[in-house]
Amino acid sequence: MSAEPLVADHGHAADEDGHDEHATTTGLSHTKLAMWVFLGSECLLFGGLISTYLLYKTRGNGRTLPTDVFDIPFTSVSSFVLLMSSLTMVLALSAVSRGEDEAGRTWLLATALLGGIFIGGQVYEFTTFVREGVAFTTNPASSAFFTLTGFHGVHVSLGIVMLMSLFVASVKGKLTQRNAETVEIVGLYWHFVDIVWIFIFTVIYLIPAD
Amino acid sequence: MAITEKTPLELGPGDTARYVERPLGVFTRPQGGRGWRDWLSTVDHKRIGILYGASAMFFFVVGGVEALLIRLQLAAPEGSVLSADVYNQVYTMHGVTMVFLFIMPLAAAFANYFIPLQIGARDVAFPRLNALSYWIWLSGAIFLNTSWIVGGGGADCGWFCYATNSGVAFSPSHGVDFYAIGLQILGIASLVSSINLIVTCLNMRAPGMTLMRMPVLTWMLLITQFLLLFALPVITVALFLLMFDRLFDAQFFNPDAGADPLLWQHLFWIFGHPEVYIIILPAFGVVSEIIPTFSRKPLFGYEFMVFSGIAIGFMGWGVWAHHMFVSGIGPISVAAFSLSTMFIAVPTGVKVLNWLATMWGGRLRFTVAMKFAVATVAMFTIGGLSGVTHSVAPADTQQTDTYYIVAHFHYVIFGGGVLGLFAGLYFWWPKVWGHFLNERLGNWNFWIMLVGFNLTFGPMHILGLQGMSRRIDTYARGYGFEFWNMAATVGSLLIAVSVVVFMWNVVKSKRDAPHLPPPGPDPWDARSLEWSIPSPVPEHNFDTVPQVHGRDDWWHNKYAENDEGTVVRVATVEEAAQTGEATGVHLPSPSFWPLAVAVGLPLIGYGLIFNLWLALIGALLTIASLYSWAMEPVDDPDATHDHHDDEATEGSSTEGDQP
Amino acid sequence: MSDTATSEHPEPATGAAGEHSDADHDEGHAHPSDWAYAKIAIVLAVITALEVFTYFETVLDWGVALVPSLIFMMVVKFYLVATWFMHLRFDSKLFGRMFTAGLTLAVGVYLVTLTVFEFWV
Repeated sequence: MSAEPLVADHGHAADEDGHDEHATTTGLSHTKLAMWVFLGSECLLFGGLISTYLLYKTRGNGRTLPTDVFDIPFTSVSSFVLLMSSLTMVLALSAVSRGEDEAGRTWLLATALLGGIFIGGQVYEFTTFVREGVAFTTNPASSAFFTLTGFHGVHVSLGIVMLMSLFVASVKGKLTQRNAETVEIVGLYWHFVDIVWIFIFTVIYLIPAD
Repeated sequence: MAITEKTPLELGPGDTARYVERPLGVFTRPQGGRGWRDWLSTVDHKRIGILYGASAMFFFVVGGVEALLIRLQLAAPEGSVLSADVYNQVYTMHGVTMVFLFIMPLAAAFANYFIPLQIGARDVAFPRLNALSYWIWLSGAIFLNTSWIVGGGGADCGWFCYATNSGVAFSPSHGVDFYAIGLQILGIASLVSSINLIVTCLNMRAPGMTLMRMPVLTWMLLITQFLLLFALPVITVALFLLMFDRLFDAQFFNPDAGADPLLWQHLFWIFGHPEVYIIILPAFGVVSEIIPTFSRKPLFGYEFMVFSGIAIGFMGWGVWAHHMFVSGIGPISVAAFSLSTMFIAVPTGVKVLNWLATMWGGRLRFTVAMKFAVATVAMFTIGGLSGVTHSVAPADTQQTDTYYIVAHFHYVIFGGGVLGLFAGLYFWWPKVWGHFLNERLGNWNFWIMLVGFNLTFGPMHILGLQGMSRRIDTYARGYGFEFWNMAATVGSLLIAVSVVVFMWNVVKSKRDAPHLPPPGPDPWDARSLEWSIPSPVPEHNFDTVPQVHGRDDWWHNKYAENDEGTVVRVATVEEAAQTGEATGVHLPSPSFWPLAVAVGLPLIGYGLIFNLWLALIGALLTIASLYSWAMEPVDDPDATHDHHDDEATEGSSTEGDQP
Repeated sequence: MSDTATSEHPEPATGAAGEHSDADHDEGHAHPSDWAYAKIAIVLAVITALEVFTYFETVLDWGVALVPSLIFMMVVKFYLVATWFMHLRFDSKLFGRMFTAGLTLAVGVYLVTLTVFEFWV
């Protein structure tokens, strides 16, 4: 999805300024700027879902609350796994931008794998909760909890799909040092999903609900 | 100058689409041309702008018919044109259609068409994403309206769709499901488009085009894009919760289970108030271009204009609860939001004063565009003043849910937004189509619309203060509502007549165009870069990317001060303008994938409502199309790269510094 | 917020376009080594461990300091990932501004909303 900047091509005015063919006004890549703008927008999306949960977390309608069934040690492990996937992600970028395709592939795969473990943990957590009497429709608190964490889970899953696509592209030899920026863009998305979880882990799981 | 005499829709001889024969049939990569299929695959920001504009006008008619039904129902007491149930659906869909399917896309048309031209770019930053925005918007618009046919009627909860009215208990048809999912699809379209245009504004300006040299239209549109960027996710959350409540039995808005319906109101208005500025700021931008042009003066207080626009955009986030003064949010909240609402009138007032100061002492030319622009300022000021009365919470308590509110927001949205965008249509029509709109018919259009508008919405102030509730489907005799309701209905018919006049003007102007002299690049003696290139704009926009030396750069190419300090003409338009004859300009290749991606989304929507298998098919289609898109290079290696002729490509890329 | 962010931007945007492009080219050199990333990850892991320890109140009773310390640790983690892994430290300020615009707006708007709901009392 990289786009060619069109501004400066063949324009002699641009050439007078010493711009090369791909110069943009700010000198920054379109795609990377777009990703950051998008992430800014995502803040309000997750903020809305987090606020909804916070507002509803004690509204159990006389039934079990999500906070009653939290398994903090288990979630801590899966949170740690997701956190470490950010390290492997940044190492993947580092390797690809040095031209070490083999190492890049390894780290991409590792990142996707860690993400997969996180998602697996979430599926396990959800099924356990349902068994313990906290289902999606139980009360406002449970609806909000599953929507928030599920929404985050979908983001992680999309990230895994993107990582695997990069992996396949790399195997086919289409992902090289030249388009390391693609890895960086996917990485930005991945890290963002990670920092959202950093927020969720503290605010939803660790801070006790009175 | 062959290109300037050709309207974009026309299919010239020998200029048909050039499809490369390949076994994949329709999915062969399109090569660009002028057939109807090329409109489906186009990535040209100008064509996408035209598509937005044409579709918006179509939905203007749809929403207008709904408005007329409302007015016919209310023309006399105990009206029986519509049943109470259908009335609810009609006024809801009228609001949704006018906001999301008319004004926003019409503003998007201006944004798409003119942002690149005003900053001296050849396209937007992501041409294919731009096409994607349009197709997703169109698919969402069609999806939303199909609820009349397959959903058991339109949404019936008002355009802000308060919980718990929006729940299954009170709204058992699928109308609200279509509302929730349809607006999410439209939201994706606007979000993608906002990201695209923000990057375009920041990253694709011509050399010398600093931010503080950008035309005010571009500035206001940029602020609008930021508002969209940050407001849409909030409504998306709200719609998401509503959808889960209705389709999957979630408990977000169920007071019986301890949920708080006010959550919807907050989320909706956190989006909804910036949305008001999303609607009005583009019109402000249009007016800020037209008034200086027809006053032959630079815009008074450019910096104040820009910064008050930014201030409106910023403060627009701190006033949302003034829509909820009667919702029981507590005295401290009411006081705080009253105060912030009064403050936001300041930057708006700054703008109004600056427009007046621009006209002051200017050599005014009252073309139709100028008349619309001046009317915009006047009508918006009336709407703004009645808005200030809402910020006084005790008065607002009296006005809430009466026709006074309806009068207020129509003065702002119709008087400000719609009149402003009509001004833009008359102003830029020659730039887009290469011929003027007829001024005589335009005058009829303007005066009938202005009178009709005031006759429709002016009396609503009185009705509201007399205590007539909004959203009621009828009223009894003897409350004193009869006269003004009839007046409003007559007014609405006048508005309809004025729109018909506009449509006739479009047809007639096109028909007359061959017998009239072409407008040339700069028919109004205007100020910004889009007037330095031929009308209609050649596909590649600029022959050479302009070097910008200051604000109103194009004006200063035509005029300069002489030794005595008087402004004199130094170049004719023909001398200063580009010819549009450049060849070999490298343009992005068309693509069918944006359309394919967009087709999948309403399928997901229908699937969520009726059958999840259909949603799966839609999702697979979307994902497959996204992958095909990602695999497709931005520039087709087989393409001719050039819309004129192959030979010139090599010759004209003189600098030739491709890596 | 967003708008102020962009409006502060005009001078660097055009004036220094050339320099920015140069900076882009030696991205590879400017970025920290893999070992630096690993060190950040270790810090993140340690903070996470601390966070999880608060859950086991028998280890240490945090009292009223619990919520502020948890928030503080969260902010530090957030900051480290954003500045190091997402390269905000090394990249153009414009990226960070776009992101913080959304972030501050989200925090501000939703804090006000929760306040109106009297969430804190």
